Amino acid sequence: MVAVDSERPKDPGVRQGDLGLRVHWCVLPFRVLLVLTSHRGIQMYESDGSIMVYWHALDSGDTSSVQAVFARGIAASGHFICVGTWTGRVLVFDIPAKGPNIVLSEELAGHQTPVTDIATEPAQGQDSVADMVTADDSGLLCVWRSGSEFTLLTRIPGFGIPCPSVQLWQGIIAAGYGNGQVRLYEATTGTLHVQINAHARAISALDLAPEAGKLLSAAEDTFVHIWKLSRSPESGYIEAALLL
Amino acid sequence: MSVRTLPLLFLNLGGEMLYILDQRLRAQNIPGDKARKVLNDIISTMFNRKFMEELFKPQELYSKKALRTIYNRLAHASIMRLNQASMDKLYDLMTMAFKYQVLLCPRPKDVLLVTFNHLDAIKGFIQDSPTILQQVDETFRQLTETYGTLSAGEFQLIRQTLLIFFQDLHIRVSIFLKDKVQNSNGRFVLPVSGPVPWGTEVPGLIRMFNNKGEEVKKTEFKHGGNYVSAPKEASFELYGDRVLKLGTNMYSVNRPVETHMSGASKNLTSQTQENIVPNPLAKEELNFLARLMGGMEIKKPSGPEPGFRLNLFTTDEEEEHAALSRPEELSYEIINIQAMQDQQRKEELARIMGEFEITEQPRQSSSKGDDLLAMMDEL
Repeated sequence: MVAVDSERPKDPGVRQGDLGLRVHWCVLPFRVLLVLTSHRGIQMYESDGSIMVYWHALDSGDTSSVQAVFARGIAASGHFICVGTWTGRVLVFDIPAKGPNIVLSEELAGHQTPVTDIATEPAQGQDSVADMVTADDSGLLCVWRSGSEFTLLTRIPGFGIPCPSVQLWQGIIAAGYGNGQVRLYEATTGTLHVQINAHARAISALDLAPEAGKLLSAAEDTFVHIWKLSRSPESGYIEAALLL
Repeated sequence: MSVRTLPLLFLNLGGEMLYILDQRLRAQNIPGDKARKVLNDIISTMFNRKFMEELFKPQELYSKKALRTIYNRLAHASIMRLNQASMDKLYDLMTMAFKYQVLLCPRPKDVLLVTFNHLDAIKGFIQDSPTILQQVDETFRQLTETYGTLSAGEFQLIRQTLLIFFQDLHIRVSIFLKDKVQNSNGRFVLPVSGPVPWGTEVPGLIRMFNNKGEEVKKTEFKHGGNYVSAPKEASFELYGDRVLKLGTNMYSVNRPVETHMSGASKNLTSQTQENIVPNPLAKEELNFLARLMGGMEIKKPSGPEPGFRLNLFTTDEEEEHAALSRPEELSYEIINIQAMQDQQRKEELARIMGEFEITEQPRQSSSKGDDLLAMMDEL
C-alpha cells in the first residue's frame, strides 16, 4: 500500500503542495513499477520505491500560464505505461523487462480537455477488442486498442460534466461522473446500457473487483456503494444491481 | 493547482471580514456615522481598481502569511484599530467560515454563487456611496468575465486548490457548534439531506437500455440519504436569486462572534508549520505585496476623525486573556524577519517593511504608489 500527501517539502524552491498527485502500481509482464504524477512531471520507481528509474518533465509549452499544468491518470497495458496530461494528450511509455531504458513511444491525441483517469484490462483474447479507456474533464471517453501503435476504436461523448473515474471489465466500461451518475457502456460499440443515479454529489472514485464483478463507487456525498455487474443471460446486455 | 483561485479566496474572506466587523461595530455601539465610515473605507480599499487588476491575473495562491498581512492592512484601512488578539480571532473566524462554505458547496461552480452572495451583501453596506458601488459592480463584471466560461472540471480544480489551502484548519466556531454544523473536534458536518445540486438526479434509480437505446428495465434502490430535487437554477447575473444560502450574513447582534481555543492545540499538526527557513521566493512575494500595499494608505487616527479600537471579544480582559493563552501553534507570525539568517536578505526585508510605515511627509515610493494615492484622493 502506498499513501501520498501534499506535505510541503523542506526544499525552499518548492513552495506549493502538488496537486493532481496520483500514484499507481503498474503491473507489467516482467516487473512492477510505482508511478507518481504531479504538476511537475512523471516519476517511475522500482516497486519497493528504492530507485527512481525514470523521470519525465511536463512541458508547459506555450501555455500563457493560465492553465494548470499536471499529469493525471495512470495505467499499465501490456508492456506500456500510459499517463494522461492536462492538454488531453496521453503519453505512452514503452517499458523494458528490466533497467531504466524507458522510452516515450507515442502521444495519443483524443482528448481536448485534461485527462482525468485511464483504465485498462488484459485483451480478452480476440484481435480487435478494446483494452484501454481514457476519460477527461468534459466527460468524453476514448476507447483504445493497445499495441506498438495504439488505435482509437470509438469515442463516447460527454455531456458537459467531468468524468473523474473510469473502470474497464470484460468489455464493460464503468464511468463515474461529477453529477453523481455511474454509467455502464459496451466498450466495443460505445453504447450506453446502464445509467445509475448513484450519488447526490460528484463521484470521487470507482474501483472494481474483477473476479467478483463488483464495482465500488465513492462520492463527495459521504456514501460508498457496491454494485454487482453482470450480463443478462438472454440478451447479453449489461445489468447492474446495488449490493451495498 | 488552479491559477484562478486567488480572486475567489480574497473576495470571500473579505466579505466574511466585513460581516464580522459590522456585527462587532453594532455590538460595541460605535456611532453610526463612524461605523459607516469604517466599512466604506475598507470596502473602497478592497475594491481598488489597480489591486483588483493585479488580483485577477492568473497566479498561484499567496502564502498564508502574505494573505494574513493583506487582511491586517485592510482592517486598518480606516480609523479603526484592532489589537493582535482581536485580529487573530477575526482571521480565524473569516477562514473557518469560508472553509465551511467551500466544503458545503453542492457543485464546484457554486463557489461563484457564494462570492456573489458576499458581493450582494457588500453592496448593501455602501448603498449611499455610488463611487464605491461602481467599483463593486466592476468587480462583479470581472468575476463574470473570468469565471463565466470556466468548465465544471476547472471549477473542480479551483475547489481542490481552495480545500488544500484550508487543510488542517479545525478551529471551533461558536455559531457552527451551536447550529451543529461543526463537531467538537472542529470537523464540519456534511449533510446527507436536502436538495441535490442543479444537474444532479436524486439517487435511487437504475435504468437499463438495449442496443437501440430503449429502456428495457428499471429498478429502484434505497440510497441512505434523504435528498430531494433541486428547486430551481440559481442566477449568475448581476442581480438575481442566488438560491444558495452559503455566503450570506450569518451574524446578527443576537448571535455573538466567538471562537473556542481550548483543546484546539491537539488538533493542529501541520497547519502552522509555515516555513520560516529563508525562502528566496518569499522575498518576491513581499516585494509584490509592498508594491500593492503602496496604495493602501494607513490613516493616522488624529484630526477631526478620532480613531477607536474594536474588540472582537466581549470585554477587554477577555481579549487580554486570549492574547496570553493563544496556543503557540496558532500564532500568525505575519513577517518573521528575525528568523531570517541571511543578513542581506534581512536588511532588504526590513527596508520593505519600512515602506509600510505611516509617514506624514509625501511618500518617495514608486510612481505606481503615487498614482494609487492620487487616485484615492480623487475618490
